[in-house]
Amino acid sequence: MDVDYGITRRLPPPVEQNDEDVKVKERNVMNVMVNKSDRLLVNGRPSDISQLKDLAKDFMTPRPGDETAPEVETKTFDLVGDVLMSKGVISLQNDRGTSYSMYISVQNELARAFNEMKEDLAWKKFHKHLDQLNEDQTKAINDAVPVRVSEAEPVEYKSN
Amino acid sequence: MGKFRKEGKKEVPQVSTSSLPDIVYMLIFFFMITTTMRDVELKVKNAMPKATEIQKLEHKALVCSIYIGPPKDNKLGTESRIQLDDAFARPADIADWIQKERDSRSEADRPLLTTALKVHKDTRMGVVTDVKQELRKVGAFRITYTTLKGSALEN
Repeated sequence: MDVDYGITRRLPPPVEQNDEDVKVKERNVMNVMVNKSDRLLVNGRPSDISQLKDLAKDFMTPRPGDETAPEVETKTFDLVGDVLMSKGVISLQNDRGTSYSMYISVQNELARAFNEMKEDLAWKKFHKHLDQLNEDQTKAINDAVPVRVSEAEPVEYKSN
Repeated sequence: MGKFRKEGKKEVPQVSTSSLPDIVYMLIFFFMITTTMRDVELKVKNAMPKATEIQKLEHKALVCSIYIGPPKDNKLGTESRIQLDDAFARPADIADWIQKERDSRSEADRPLLTTALKVHKDTRMGVVTDVKQELRKVGAFRITYTTLKGSALEN
């Protein structure tokens, strides 16, 4: 039997029509946009897919005291204890003309950034690699490093 | 007593059954070789992109697949189409199809149902977004983008 592999994601529930936009502070958001010719724009600046992982990791790394970096908070989790967490969110927006392979590359690079952060934390707290942890430890790490990628609602471009 | 039998004409001899096992084995092997697991017949091209950060899809019984890609039949154009089960479909058909998939599973399994999106790499995101919006409407939030193993930078 063939085995399937894939990038697993959870879709957000549909938003109500008149729902107010949740206000997120600008410093807490990293905008990743992909246009219809697969060009990448990170926070308004052209970027390359090979840099995306480091940019995302850099953005999500908590830097207390830095006014330009996302806000930070300390949360306590079972097993891992106090963890300094960034309130940053990576907002991903793509065009209807973006190719699927580019979309997967972007998703993959973002996932890689978070997986590396999980790996770092696992090493720091348990002195073990991510895949050597037991079930409870894996869950604790996953809670302490949530994958904060939000996909923007598709925008309808109406041509007049 | 022998009068009832005509002289010179013999009875048809019993068919030899010694080769019967051979025939049965031949049939068994023939069906073993030619039988395949039931699988959907793909009507769309399905070369999936590569990725590294992937998880194994456990519990295949809890996965239902949506295929998206350009039709194999060139007469139907190159625009990506959606395939559900064995037929082309429109995004509007997804809600009913998910409902059907849910009904065919037991009550306990329904919340665990995962939708695997098997999308051809040259597909435009428009159609994928439409599918995702439909899935959100019907509450099928667990999805997975099925990919091959390999560096995503080579896509």
